Amino acid sequence: MSIPRSDVHSPEPATAEEGAAAPIAVEVRDVHKWYGAHRVLDGVDLTVRAGEVTVVIGPSGSGKSTLLRVINHLEQPQLGHVSLDGELVGVRWQRGRLRELSEHQILAQRRRIGFVFQDFNLFPHLTVLDNVAAAPVATGLLRKPEAQRLAHTLLGRVGLGEKADAYPRQLSGGQQQRVAIARALALRPGVILFDEPTSALDPELVGEVLAVIKDLAAEGTTLIVVTHEIAFAREVADRVVFMDGGRILEHGTPGEVLDHPQHPRTRAFLSRVL
Amino acid sequence: MSDALAPAVPSGTTRPPDAGRPPPSTPPQPPSEPVTSAQRVLPLRRPGRWILSAVALVLVAQLVHGLATNPFYQWDRFQYWFARPVIVNGLVVTLEVTAYSAVLGLAGGIALALARLSRSPVLRAISWVYVWLFRSIPLIVVLLFLYNFSALYRTLSLGVPFGPAFWHFDEAHLATDLVIAVVGLSLNEAAYAAEVVRAGILSVDQGQHEAAAALGLPRRYQFARIVFPQALRAIVPAYVNQLIGLVKGTSLVFYVSLLDLFGSVQSMGSTYPGDIVPLLLVATVWYVILTSVVSVVQFYVERHYARGALRALPPTPVRRLRVAVATLAARVRRETAA
Repeated sequence: MSIPRSDVHSPEPATAEEGAAAPIAVEVRDVHKWYGAHRVLDGVDLTVRAGEVTVVIGPSGSGKSTLLRVINHLEQPQLGHVSLDGELVGVRWQRGRLRELSEHQILAQRRRIGFVFQDFNLFPHLTVLDNVAAAPVATGLLRKPEAQRLAHTLLGRVGLGEKADAYPRQLSGGQQQRVAIARALALRPGVILFDEPTSALDPELVGEVLAVIKDLAAEGTTLIVVTHEIAFAREVADRVVFMDGGRILEHGTPGEVLDHPQHPRTRAFLSRVL
Repeated sequence: MSDALAPAVPSGTTRPPDAGRPPPSTPPQPPSEPVTSAQRVLPLRRPGRWILSAVALVLVAQLVHGLATNPFYQWDRFQYWFARPVIVNGLVVTLEVTAYSAVLGLAGGIALALARLSRSPVLRAISWVYVWLFRSIPLIVVLLFLYNFSALYRTLSLGVPFGPAFWHFDEAHLATDLVIAVVGLSLNEAAYAAEVVRAGILSVDQGQHEAAAALGLPRRYQFARIVFPQALRAIVPAYVNQLIGLVKGTSLVFYVSLLDLFGSVQSMGSTYPGDIVPLLLVATVWYVILTSVVSVVQFYVERHYARGALRALPPTPVRRLRVAVATLAARVRRETAA
């Protein structure tokens, strides 16, 4: 790995091979999710350490997006649980059983988990600046002038300082996705989830979005990225996870999973996309 | 004619001076013939359209002429009645009833729509039954029911349901004709507004709800600042329809002995039977004015909520008129110059 992330962020190296140094940021334990007879997640376990970049790959319908949506509790799993910094997400223990949290508490937890959607989902009736500044103001984190200053800073970081007063529909797809990233950053989340952030973009716009994600990775932000960009995974990921049929079939360093895949289905998938 | 509109060929080019005109008898020129870079494309002539327009204009002129000169309409009496105090008082009642009912109806509609979209089956059912009931009962029946209400219930009390009451209203004092009219219209209006608002909320992309939820925005903020403003784009045209219906629907309050615009016209008409036609014209013109004002307001409200939805806002009518005049002037100048 070329990015000295651990040097910037954590006093100790936190690469996947050396294991237990950095604290666990996200833990997914034996999560099952089904719609009727259709099993979307079939016993998924995943551990993501602070500062790590985890890239999830796999064919369409393998449960990648659902896994992300379970992590920030947009979807509730039927079995299993997710924890963030050691705290259960969306549920709590009550007399030995898991009980759903109130919506208010779930919303508070989601503020610690950034989420970037495949089709951006910017608020079209708000300016770019207000898109970024809305959440810190609405959640009482910052006052309006401070939030706007933060929004200007974040827009500058994603290279859109000039576009603060534009409306989302006046921007290209790549620009919109960069605004969406700035919007997610405005709440200073501990972890950011990316759900196929470049799949809705024209090929020539993919690079600008990936560059922003690479910057975040280099700063030591904990990232979980679902993507089909294998080259990006090879360059940026600390760990690569291959999913198929609602299960994690293989995980390890990019070298292990992408270059020396063990599972036949990983090999079949990679031979199709590479 | 077409020669007059042909572009002037700038002198000093290599083209012959008569290049704008088609060569008389040579075979059609292939595109190898040089064309100056900025050729204005002339619009196709449409004589048929001009003839049809002329015919239509003559018909309209005849209609207007008939309206103006036919003694049946008694325009002098129209003038006499148009701004009489009795008519203006009626107009004020119409405006009052409309304004109260529109606000209460919309508020009730929003509440009903939210109940219908809520996760509680009880709220959903109550909302559904309300809408079903009030869309089924004719407005006039609702109004007459309320009018006779004080006979059914002597007092209204505020307190614990089925328990002690803290407050008693004497129906006779509370239920003035205006209150009865506003309550009746609002009950009816809320049922229709509920469906308009619900349609608007459903028209907002699911991704917007998800993005708001993923950011952990408080529930009230999600609705008030994210979903509802976008829903308004779909709500406004449908609700204005509803509102215009309401303006005219107020004419029914005449039956609960409230003298609105229509009621005043009706009562003056029975006093002066010879003036019925001009009086009806007075009512018509006032209703047309009210509807026009609502339509103008609608245009600007829609424009306001189109922010962000369109890349560029549509021009206002004033701006469009100015552009049209400027374009016409430029064309006239071009044609006279050539």
